[in-house]
Amino acid sequence: MKVTRRNLLLTVPLLAVSLQFAGPGAAHAQQTLINVSYDPTRELYRDFNEAFSRHWQAEGHEPASIKVTHGGSGSQARSVIDGLEADVVTLALEADINAIAEKTGKIRPDWRGTLPDNNAPYTSTIVFLVRKGNPKELKDWGDLTRDGIEVITPNPKTSGGARWNFLAAWAWAEKQYGGDEAKVRGYVTDLFKHVPVLDSGARGATTTFVQRGIGDVLLAWENEAFLAIEELGPDAFDIVVPSVSVKAEPPVALVDQVVDAKGTRDLATAYLTYLYSDEGQTIAARHYYRPSNPKAVSDKSLLEKFPDLDLATIEAFGGWAKVQPEYFGDGGIFDQIYKPGN
Amino acid sequence: MTTVLSTRWRWRSSNVIPGFGITFGFTLFYLSLVVLIPLACLGWRAASLGGADLASLGSDPRVLSALATSFWTAFAAAAVNVVFGLIVAWVMVRYRFPGRRLLDAAVDLPFALPTAVAGIALTAIYAPNGWIGQFLQPYGLRIAYTPLGIVIALVFIGLPFVVRTVQPVMEELNRDVEEAAATLGASRLQTLFRVVLPSLAPALLTGFALSLGRGVGEYGSVIFIAGNIPYVSEIAPLLIVMRLEEYNYAAATAIGSIMLSLSFLVLLLINLIQAWSRRRFGHVL
Repeated sequence: MKVTRRNLLLTVPLLAVSLQFAGPGAAHAQQTLINVSYDPTRELYRDFNEAFSRHWQAEGHEPASIKVTHGGSGSQARSVIDGLEADVVTLALEADINAIAEKTGKIRPDWRGTLPDNNAPYTSTIVFLVRKGNPKELKDWGDLTRDGIEVITPNPKTSGGARWNFLAAWAWAEKQYGGDEAKVRGYVTDLFKHVPVLDSGARGATTTFVQRGIGDVLLAWENEAFLAIEELGPDAFDIVVPSVSVKAEPPVALVDQVVDAKGTRDLATAYLTYLYSDEGQTIAARHYYRPSNPKAVSDKSLLEKFPDLDLATIEAFGGWAKVQPEYFGDGGIFDQIYKPGN
Repeated sequence: MTTVLSTRWRWRSSNVIPGFGITFGFTLFYLSLVVLIPLACLGWRAASLGGADLASLGSDPRVLSALATSFWTAFAAAAVNVVFGLIVAWVMVRYRFPGRRLLDAAVDLPFALPTAVAGIALTAIYAPNGWIGQFLQPYGLRIAYTPLGIVIALVFIGLPFVVRTVQPVMEELNRDVEEAAATLGASRLQTLFRVVLPSLAPALLTGFALSLGRGVGEYGSVIFIAGNIPYVSEIAPLLIVMRLEEYNYAAATAIGSIMLSLSFLVLLLINLIQAWSRRRFGHVL
């Protein structure tokens, strides 16, 4: 390029501007935090991020820019494995965080336990969402396999949430049949014969049940069920709480390699720790997640929505490391129940 | 065209665009970058699975059933598109009516629309409580959440491929030939089947092949309308996604390469038919 007067005239102010950015500004560059999360936490983290930003600045820090991405838990984990620079991950399944730790080493292998309550600041459970007035009188898992009942659940192969659905049904059947494995399998096989549509994700299944009017009951996360009622009005659906369900623990973890490379360890640690604070727990409860420390919730009326029920933990199944391949792996129990002739 | 073929095959012939070396080199480089290298990676990843695993995957009834579903629905949709795409193209080319340009532009919409949006919209319409679905429900006909829904989605996705390949050829059709046929005493049907259609056959076959190829690999729109029940309405691309969810990249790429080889065989077959039809009916343009 020829250096003309016009070019020079343009260059000088540009240089000045870029110097300003590169100069004293760089030392106090705004920190960015990326939280890779799963689908139904959209509303939760929108509120939480605001609260945390206030808290962070009140402590005398520079304001930080916080970004959250949402998607299916498994595909979100894959993005991190494939190179998405997440500072923290807040996913639906322990198995997904384990996968990141195993495949990339970006997360320390003993991450579970670095934060209180198995790294789960909030939990949820699986409930039934039924049509208003519960016309088919579905009270417990046993009712779902009656003739003519249609059950909507996403596909456990592609949806983390649906794996909890499957395990909740399994936990009930195990109790019902005194651990007779053949009978338990028989029940779950029968249950999935009543499923007319296997959506790939939880939101898709909710749409099928709510908007398309398919099915008599939706197996849903408690927070999704509440959200569906809140969005669509209480005159369309009811929540039925079964006698047995699972304690779903969506875990959170720090991505060690990324925060060390970016120098955001303090920010990211404070972010995750704040989930356990009074305000964090209250926000979780307001978004229909069961807070792991109910005592911290300032507004106790928020807790009244969560009925007590018999909750099986993942430990009772032997932990995700065992459950994932045995139940949902290639050729696992879930694949077997769809074998023809079953 | 035919003159070039009948003379002795030569490495290069004089052309308006000079620089054969550069353009040929660029073609090779570009094709490798865009098509061949990614495909080679696919093959390489799949090969890491080993012969025995590949064989058991290839004979797994669930995989076979999903492949069958993917291919028969894509075939059915392509067949529907050939018939109705031909009629649409005919109307666009041969008649002048108000709103023709608008209609013509609408044909391209399935290209532009994100496939997931198409899938959700179609599901909303064909679901038992949807605009169209509610009228079919009393007759026990379910479209959404059955293989029939997959065909509907693929018809939507594939229509522009047929219309856009047939349209230009149809525009070039010489009406004199039809008039000549008429003056020689051919009936309308005879003119259609012995004069018009043979000259459109290559374009129709291309449209069919494109629609089929697109349909076999389609995921975004199908996933919403299919119901995804194993052995019934589960498509092969969904199996790939499931393998990915299990971080089983080798099996995912293996299913991908099985699909790819099958598609390649089908497209090759269509090309052979096309070559045969060219020889049989001649090149009319």
